[in-house]
Amino acid sequence: MKPATGTLLYLDGVTVSFDGFRALNNLSLLIEPGEMRAIIGPNGAGKTTMMDVVTGKTRPESGDVMFDNAHDLTRLDETEIAELGIGRKFQKPTVFDSHTVFDNLDLALKCDRRARAALWHRQTADERRRIDEILQLVRLSPVRDRLAGSLSHGQKQWLEIGMLLAQDPKLLLIDEPAAGMTDAETRQTAELLKEIQREHTVVVVEHDMSFVRDLNVKVTCLHEGAVLAEGSIDQVSANERVVEVYLGR
Amino acid sequence: MQASSHILIRSLDRGAAIFLVAVGAIAIVVPLLNFAVPNSWFIHVSTYLVTLLGKYACYAILALSIDLIWGYCGILSLGHGAFFALGGYAMGMYLMRQIGTRGVYANPILPDFMVFLNWKELPVYWYGFQHFPYAALMVVAVPGVLAFVFGWFAFRSRVSGVYLSIITQALTYALMLGFFRNNFGFGGNNGLTDFKDILGFDVRSEATRDALFVVSCLALMLGFLICRAIVGSKLGKVLIAIRDAEARTRFLGYRVESYKLFVFTLSACMAGIAGALYVPQVGIINPSEFAPGNSIEAVIWVAVGGRGTLAGAALGAVLVNYAKTYFTSGMLAPYWLFMLGGLFIGVTLFLPRGIVGTLHHWTAAKLDKASAAAEDGVVEKLPAAAE
Repeated sequence: MKPATGTLLYLDGVTVSFDGFRALNNLSLLIEPGEMRAIIGPNGAGKTTMMDVVTGKTRPESGDVMFDNAHDLTRLDETEIAELGIGRKFQKPTVFDSHTVFDNLDLALKCDRRARAALWHRQTADERRRIDEILQLVRLSPVRDRLAGSLSHGQKQWLEIGMLLAQDPKLLLIDEPAAGMTDAETRQTAELLKEIQREHTVVVVEHDMSFVRDLNVKVTCLHEGAVLAEGSIDQVSANERVVEVYLGR
Repeated sequence: MQASSHILIRSLDRGAAIFLVAVGAIAIVVPLLNFAVPNSWFIHVSTYLVTLLGKYACYAILALSIDLIWGYCGILSLGHGAFFALGGYAMGMYLMRQIGTRGVYANPILPDFMVFLNWKELPVYWYGFQHFPYAALMVVAVPGVLAFVFGWFAFRSRVSGVYLSIITQALTYALMLGFFRNNFGFGGNNGLTDFKDILGFDVRSEATRDALFVVSCLALMLGFLICRAIVGSKLGKVLIAIRDAEARTRFLGYRVESYKLFVFTLSACMAGIAGALYVPQVGIINPSEFAPGNSIEAVIWVAVGGRGTLAGAALGAVLVNYAKTYFTSGMLAPYWLFMLGGLFIGVTLFLPRGIVGTLHHWTAAKLDKASAAAEDGVVEKLPAAAE
């Protein structure tokens, strides 16, 4: 099967197993440019493994992973994939603790990533302005000079999303952005993601159903490494098998 | 908080200035007190002490090179003594070739140990070492190339953490075993010694010792400035990012292995220069310099002084070596290794930031408190002023 034109991310028949356990089982998934997709599913459904495959952390045993119709992601490593324009937010917020919030964004900012370029790099006014814009967007302007390690859990999550924006990727993969957040923070995060989606394609993995409902986008439910159901949140949550899987009957 | 972090940066710069001025002052004063002050005077500095301090300066450069990779990039090399020793051997080879006919066997080309082993010709890898510029190039190139090749394989296959530390130990141990062999061509067990001249000057004369001391101090200052420039650049920020969250850095699109390779190779070159300055001052280089224990000791200097502080690493090298000189020359000599081990455990438990790291931390905390108090004061006084 050839990927349909106009597909940003294309997974077909992807299988990954760890010691005989099939984390992904013949998974197929299409993401359109400009789309926001929520991926849900119980623990062990393969959500994070799917992200690992797309970002080059895990190599699939079989199947195709194509980006932008032209790039076979199974042959590239993490750095090359990041350079193509795929950004990733981890499940556990991962920021550079001993750098300031500002420097974290500076490091993420789109620029020449080679060591020699970094050695002679001088920060430009343009870059500072871009960082300030992102700080505004992720609501971290007041803490721009604090060390990232001293931020609250929710602030770290936003900082990481801000870093993704600074990277300006074509595709953002966001793993559980609302994990460990208060209800108010969760709602703000949903708004933030909607703002981001205006200019980027976003794939969000999430546990929290009310958060997914807030996003109000197409939902794919994974189970045992394959797609169980796809559609609007109402369709998916009405699906008998989804209910069965979630309630463990 | 914002104000204090700026002040912190400024105070760090002040720290750098203090360091450079201190080393510069020592580089001027110590030789003056040696040759310009009569021996009988109380403030006279003996040539022995000048040489001892020169040795410390070389150790400080080695400590800087370790701090650059360990403190800023999280690469714990337990084999940096190997690069130090290789630089030392390159210098030693130059010094051996300068002996010429003044050796015991008076062979104009072959060093004594080769004559003793009945060698008829100079091995090819000894060619060119009679020229100082070539030897100086090798001082930097040999450790640099070894580090580059070693790092290329290690970092590309993502060997890191304790595994990397172990293979660096293996590297220095393997080199030690090699250099112990007579047929390796570096004087075997005895190493290279009995040096006469460096650049035409007698290595044992007072003036040469003073000059070597000054050059060591200058190299320390230059090394410090280079390290400061690197850690202050964007590349330095990336190094810290790699230290704190390597996978994140990779997903941001940075090629982590090239950054590590750059800094590791540079650090090895620095260690080589330290070794090269060390050898003419101590008058000998032998395979025991490759001993894994030496490399571990150098890591302890950095831990004691404070890793990730540069100046602290240099200070740690001097302090621990001063203690070593002091304690190993008296009754306590047999217990020195216990003291060193105790020191490492003590620092890890009670002073995890090291000496300079702890000072920085205190200053930052005090400034934070002061600025918080100042802000409180402003808030309280404002309404009063309005009245």
